[in-house]
Amino acid sequence: MRILWKRLSSALLVLIGASFITFTLARVIPSDPALAYIGPKATAADAERLRVTLGLDQPIPIQYFKYLGQTFHGNWGYSLSTKQSVLKEITDRLPATLELIFFAIGFAIIFGVTLGVLAAKYRGRFQDSLIRIISIAGVSMPAFWFGLLLQLLFAGRLGWFPATGEFDIEVKYDNPIHKVTGFPILDSLITGNFSAATNGLHHMVLPALTLSAYSFGLLSRMARANMLEVLSQDHIKVSRAYGLSERIIFFKLALRNALPPIVTVTGLSIAYLITGTFFVEQVYNWPGIGSFAVNSLISIDYPAIMGITLLAAIGYLVTNFIVDLIQAKLDPRVGMR
Amino acid sequence: MNTRFTSLSFLFKDKLTKFASLTLVTFIIVAIFGPWIAPNAQQGRGTANIDDSFIGPGKAHWLGTDELGRDLLSRIIFGARPALLIALAVVAFAAIIGTALGLIAGFRGGWIDNTIMRMSELFLSFPPLLLSLVAVTFLGPGLINALIALIISWWPWYTRLIRVEARIVAAKPFVEISSAMGVPNRIVIIRHILRNVTTPLIVQVAADLGTVILAAGSLAFIGLGAQPPSADWGLMVAQGRNVIFDQWWISTFSGLAIFLAVLAFNILGDALRDHFDPRISRQ
Repeated sequence: MRILWKRLSSALLVLIGASFITFTLARVIPSDPALAYIGPKATAADAERLRVTLGLDQPIPIQYFKYLGQTFHGNWGYSLSTKQSVLKEITDRLPATLELIFFAIGFAIIFGVTLGVLAAKYRGRFQDSLIRIISIAGVSMPAFWFGLLLQLLFAGRLGWFPATGEFDIEVKYDNPIHKVTGFPILDSLITGNFSAATNGLHHMVLPALTLSAYSFGLLSRMARANMLEVLSQDHIKVSRAYGLSERIIFFKLALRNALPPIVTVTGLSIAYLITGTFFVEQVYNWPGIGSFAVNSLISIDYPAIMGITLLAAIGYLVTNFIVDLIQAKLDPRVGMR
Repeated sequence: MNTRFTSLSFLFKDKLTKFASLTLVTFIIVAIFGPWIAPNAQQGRGTANIDDSFIGPGKAHWLGTDELGRDLLSRIIFGARPALLIALAVVAFAAIIGTALGLIAGFRGGWIDNTIMRMSELFLSFPPLLLSLVAVTFLGPGLINALIALIISWWPWYTRLIRVEARIVAAKPFVEISSAMGVPNRIVIIRHILRNVTTPLIVQVAADLGTVILAAGSLAFIGLGAQPPSADWGLMVAQGRNVIFDQWWISTFSGLAIFLAVLAFNILGDALRDHFDPRISRQ
């Protein structure tokens, strides 16, 4: 319990530091948020009045502490472009992004670990080289380009999958999804709205595949390297000498020992997925945090940008925390520090 | 250590690394001699030629033309120089800043170490690329600002790497003895510690070059990097995005340039790592 508190308090410190960095970037650099808010046609007097309303006339340190206090109380400010509460914008859009991340990481783990293990099994042979090429290609692929290519091929030429969006408009209109958890695909499954669910899954394939490419590459390379390392250890040699079947050695002994580092890499790749959604959602017009983030960045919507940055830092922290928990479960030697 | 560098044969050890080396050499040649190689240098620099807009790949224009009728191959050739330069610049600055701080932290220890490491941890508490995106937004879009923004989020990786290595070296007897003999810290750091952390540093630099090209391309794609009419691969992918189903070649070929460059750097980075760190070698 004490360890948990220690983790939480250090996490809080990191978040305060992270908010400080974003705040500094947003305020010290000479771009005028008030002007961004009212547009270029406003008079100087208008801008001045707005600066007072937004509290921008006060000294920077005071502005920072005010911001920190408000953020802590759940007031994340108002988006300059949509004029909505940033927190509401974020909570409305978060489920779509989380579903996307969920499917992407699912793809990446299933394909990445399987191919990595296969590569280790066929080490040095043709299959190994092929998997190696696919994996390196995965980590070298610009997500925005891969997304466009998939759209071009599977939506444009072959017509197998829809090019953009989360659901077809007609489907959402004919079979409205009742809100239970807020997660659209999950909700349509829970409420038995299967036409919406299949439509949602159909829309999910290309974006999730695009987003998973990088993590897939990381995971399969890591899985291969770890399997090989474990397979070269003495206890495996001894098991072989005792005549255990290759299947048991491979899947029971080696894979289990290769898992902990794979979990670490999964955590790391979720971090990449967080920013990856920016580009993937942009390409697929996905109504999540990523497309909101890109729009906010382009329009210098600083309250939205600060909110999203903070959210991403929280997401990163939570992921690392969960990874540590799983790690401790998988490997008794790793205690919680 | 120097002897290992005299033989560069590991850059050609198998088909894949051979392919990567050749690709990279091609990109470097194109980056240097682009203006002389490009079929139409004027259009490569950005001069519009509206009459020829959206011509598909063919004899006249091998890779087709873009919306403003510019020869796409020339544009891609002109994009090589900024892509490679930004990768080199970001990695060089990040490595210099990061290494300097890492060396100081690892060698001095104590509160200096603590301060430097807490600071880099803060920068690392953001998911990759996020800090660069935010920084370039507030700095204002553009190639130079994108470069600064990428350095801002890249240096802490080097600090962390070098500090660990520096601590290991600093604990070795020969370093202690040099200090005890009265050799100034500055000299100990440069002569003994820096020399001994070169290998991990080189491996990291090689691995990062491709990642930086990818990151710079991503910034440009959403409009925060190089601005029109510059020939920038990421920007060109974005420009072709709205016509992807009809004029597919613009985004496809521009993105292919990014992909090939990143791929080549990543393969060679792997080869370099295997060469210096035989523990995880593929042989």
